[in-house]
Amino acid sequence: MNVNYIFSLIVVLALFLLAYVGVEAAGLQWLFGVVIPYAAVLIFIGGFISRILSWARSPVPFRIPTVGGQGRSLPWIKPNPIDSPSSSGSVVVRMLLEILLFRSLFRNTRADLVEGDKLAYRLEKWLWLFSLLFHYSFLVVFLRHFRFFLDPVPGCVQLLETLDGFLRIEFVNDAIQVGLPGFYISGLVLLAAATFLLLRRMFSAQVKYISLSSDYFPLFLIMGIAFTGIIMRYFLKTDIVAAKALVMGLVSFHPVFDPALTKSVSGVFYGHLFFVCVLLIYFPFSKLMHLGGIFLSPTRNLPNDTRMNRHVNTWNYPVEVHTYEEYEDEYREKMIEAGLPVEKE
Amino acid sequence: MQNKGKIITGLVIFIALFTFPFIYRMGKAAPAPDVVLTPKALAAKQCVRSTDYMTAEHMQLLDIWREKVVREGQRLYVTTDGRAFNMSLSNTCLDCHSNKAEFCDRCHDYASVKPYCWECHIDNPKGEKQ
Repeated sequence: MNVNYIFSLIVVLALFLLAYVGVEAAGLQWLFGVVIPYAAVLIFIGGFISRILSWARSPVPFRIPTVGGQGRSLPWIKPNPIDSPSSSGSVVVRMLLEILLFRSLFRNTRADLVEGDKLAYRLEKWLWLFSLLFHYSFLVVFLRHFRFFLDPVPGCVQLLETLDGFLRIEFVNDAIQVGLPGFYISGLVLLAAATFLLLRRMFSAQVKYISLSSDYFPLFLIMGIAFTGIIMRYFLKTDIVAAKALVMGLVSFHPVFDPALTKSVSGVFYGHLFFVCVLLIYFPFSKLMHLGGIFLSPTRNLPNDTRMNRHVNTWNYPVEVHTYEEYEDEYREKMIEAGLPVEKE
Repeated sequence: MQNKGKIITGLVIFIALFTFPFIYRMGKAAPAPDVVLTPKALAAKQCVRSTDYMTAEHMQLLDIWREKVVREGQRLYVTTDGRAFNMSLSNTCLDCHSNKAEFCDRCHDYASVKPYCWECHIDNPKGEKQ
């Protein structure tokens, strides 16, 4: 038991109950279905912009790239253009590999004591693999949901759905039926990868030691989103045409208050929607801002060209200097009088 | 602010992508489609299950029907209120709902669902003119 993750778990469960009870018992469909989603989108956009601008305003006086290879120097020393980029082209390649493939995480190591007291570092690829699975499945799930946000649904979203539903897993018995609607790989991969990331925090002693509630909370929240989504698709089905009508109402600025429609979707749907709203509101103020932050990482996005270009600190105070020429002009006669050498007679 | 141009460009692209659904719709309402019930479906009043169940879970019922018919050889479905039906998409469902284009397709198109029923079943088994 650990107070950090128990606290986060309780908060996430309470958030779900808040939405579920608010809708099913108190009839607050207008609040959870219209007001909170709009507020969440506004807070997300506003918070995201202000966070990025606050980072953009912070000074970057020096080149501080962290490098992992030979920098460009003498012509007969072979440089490593990706791990120690010296041109903007190399920086672009480095950033793309970092953003799309999490290249620096690939070099993740784990410290262990072996044979009693010897410290050993070994490569640890599981975190990289599951992070990649987590982020890409989340992206696919997110893009797949555009079938609820766009009308008519564009072909690329339909293509993505077809690819995601490639595995036709079908299973029917008296208790469980899975197969129609078609099984999506991404949802299950998202939940599985998030579970791995959570278990890693819970059971790896070193990671557990540095994990805080703000590490567990987004994981539980995203697992809650995936879980409620999977539940709604395969088990406690909801009327998705009504769900889309509600979402399209928000998207087209014609919010739906008609009880015939708002009451035909289940409380689980509002729980799912509320989770997403909480994620959007929480996003700009949390570590999740690495979405925008990765682009602004000075240790990654700066070229290692400190010895090629002169970098002048952009906010240097204009220092008044008194050059030797001016000094000599001022004191020439006194210097000659005292017998000191002067450059100009 | 250093690299102002690049950062603002990136931010504008991100916001445009994020708000794409709002821009795509341009404030035009997109209400749920109306499904058309044939006179025969209207006369029957009640489907094999309640309307709420059928709206949300008809695909589950069809999957179970297929399992029963194809793998277990059972054809008879008895509803909770005692009516008996032949478990058949072509002969039972499409008997009342013979207007696939105005009944099935409208919601399926709206929600971007492409059921694979029609890869085997023809949608107008009786060959009626519509």
